Amino acid sequence: MTDIAATAPVIVGRSLWGDAWARLKANRAAMFSLYYLAFIAAISVFGPWFVPHQYTTIYADYVRMPPSFSAYPKADMIEGALDEAIKRMRVDIKEWRQEGNRVFVTVRSSKPVDDRNIRYLDRSDTFDDTKIESKSPDGLEMVMSASIKQQYFLFGTDNTGRDLLSRTLMAGRISLAIGLLAGVVAVVIGVLYGATAGFAGGRVDEVMMRIVDVLYSLPFIFFVIMLVVFFGRNFVLMFLAVGAVLWLDMARIVRGQALSIRRQEYVQAAEAMGVGQRGILIRHVIPNLLGPVVIYMTLLVPQVIILESFLSFLGLGVQEPMTSWGVLISVGAQNIGSANWLLLFPAFFLVSTLFALNFVGDGLRDALDPRDR
Amino acid sequence: MLRYVFRRLLTAIPTLFVIVTMAFFLIRLAPGGPFNQERGLSPEIKANLEAQFGLNDPLWLQYVHYLGNLLRGNFGPSYNMPDFTVGELFREGLPISVQLGASALILALLLGSVLGTVAALNQNKLADYSVIALATAGSTIPTFVIAPVIQLLFGLTWKLLPIGGWGDGALINKIGPVLTLALPQIAIVARLMRGSMIESLRSHHIRTARALGLSDWSVVVKHALRGAILPIVSFTGPAAAALLTGSIIVETIFSIPGIGRHFVVAALNRDYTLVMGTVVVIALFTIIFNLIVDVMYAVIDPRVRYD
Repeated sequence: MTDIAATAPVIVGRSLWGDAWARLKANRAAMFSLYYLAFIAAISVFGPWFVPHQYTTIYADYVRMPPSFSAYPKADMIEGALDEAIKRMRVDIKEWRQEGNRVFVTVRSSKPVDDRNIRYLDRSDTFDDTKIESKSPDGLEMVMSASIKQQYFLFGTDNTGRDLLSRTLMAGRISLAIGLLAGVVAVVIGVLYGATAGFAGGRVDEVMMRIVDVLYSLPFIFFVIMLVVFFGRNFVLMFLAVGAVLWLDMARIVRGQALSIRRQEYVQAAEAMGVGQRGILIRHVIPNLLGPVVIYMTLLVPQVIILESFLSFLGLGVQEPMTSWGVLISVGAQNIGSANWLLLFPAFFLVSTLFALNFVGDGLRDALDPRDR
Repeated sequence: MLRYVFRRLLTAIPTLFVIVTMAFFLIRLAPGGPFNQERGLSPEIKANLEAQFGLNDPLWLQYVHYLGNLLRGNFGPSYNMPDFTVGELFREGLPISVQLGASALILALLLGSVLGTVAALNQNKLADYSVIALATAGSTIPTFVIAPVIQLLFGLTWKLLPIGGWGDGALINKIGPVLTLALPQIAIVARLMRGSMIESLRSHHIRTARALGLSDWSVVVKHALRGAILPIVSFTGPAAAALLTGSIIVETIFSIPGIGRHFVVAALNRDYTLVMGTVVVIALFTIIFNLIVDVMYAVIDPRVRYD
């Protein structure tokens, strides 16, 4: 007997999660979305360190530059930038020429030209490494040379001359962080509240759920705005507040699940076998609750991101110079006539992320919902 | 049925009372007041203004006054727009918001139902997938992206529509806002309709109708639709309440003088009466439309009885 038992092939059952993972892997849209989300998260978190521009740096020479793969300054912009810088020196341009990557400019003035004037060229966003080539004996004429600073603005620049690429990535950091944190807050409150109501049952359940009903009946936007009014424009408190608003659905779902799981035959069987409350909770109720909670959380994160963007759009959320996709879209919406890239890039990032989150949520639902087997 | 409607209206009164009470004390708990702007009124003027509007009375007295006025249909003066009472602001703005919201709702119900039905009848074919794709897009892309994109495409690139403004209610000014309001709702209706229509087409009475040799058209329109439309009816209640009371986003982006845009400004300026008025209007719309929906339910579905 022992021999047979030892040689019989061991059938390893797949766990609920192993099973779900296998099904999720078979869902192409969900897997692609998962990779896409990882990509967006990675470029949002690490990208700002690799983009050569800070998201707060203002390039006065490059206000509202359209997105371009080639470097700024464009050939026709050099003269304007040169004029601007030379004007600050209070001297006149006699002549200028470009040789390769350097410009040579001859200036003259009625008073002797001060050597320190070259810093005006260095201060401009267009030029760098300025040198004095020669000076006329009377000091009224001077030849300077400066190299042209090559800068790339792949997504263009905004109204104040800040690089949109670094701002969009930074905004992604904020929007995703808010989505995750507020989502976690909502899930924690909702699960605790709903599970308590579902387990306590009776009177306690009745009262707790009436409270949820009353909160539900207040206009949602009123609730959010009241929270913003209370907490001021504090960034962290704001998204805790957002999370605190969104727990209502979670509480209802968890309560319903907890009630129905308690009535399942396997729970009754466990009770009949003498398993304690604690054992039932850990072995049966929590694993069965996790599925809906995970699904709801993936659907909650896009809701939070939309809500955050909505608040920022109204000017109630994230404040300048910090930024989020909502802030960028709001600025873009005000400038669609003159600079549509300000709307299109952030909107693309936001919308594609929301799509990906939804596909992952749907995929998880299909993977975890045992009724579909 | 009449008794049911009457009973529902009676239970609406305590609901409304709770909402008004909560909103009243919540907004009063917020720091600041309607006359604390940075512009800085001199303290004497501020004290006079507060005395005139009774803001120095104990809070419970103000609450009793407010309730008394509300019962007489008086929403009170707006603190931040001193030339208007809240009632006047609503009389101007509400018809505009209702017009846009109702157009969007009707468009969404019609187009959404048709798309959902077409998808259900062609399950797992191209038409079905197109509708699902449209529905996913409509419910994923937020309004504050749809609205500026509509402005960009139709207003600036193709120059078909004005970019914004109400234009005294000219039809062409309404297209953009109505489209923006309707798109997410079309997505929801289409999705609901597809699901319920698929289920309805599988039911026994449809099989019987087909067995009796009724035409496809009559099976779908006369028999399947009646059962499939129930989820849409219950969706219509809250959707109508939300759409008809105006959207902050759409009214702000398209510069529409409705009532939706008042709410945020009023809450930030602590214009207590205007905030309260808006809450009351939204709550009233919600209660009324939910009642209408429940009555409709009984009319459409003979299994539902309210006696």
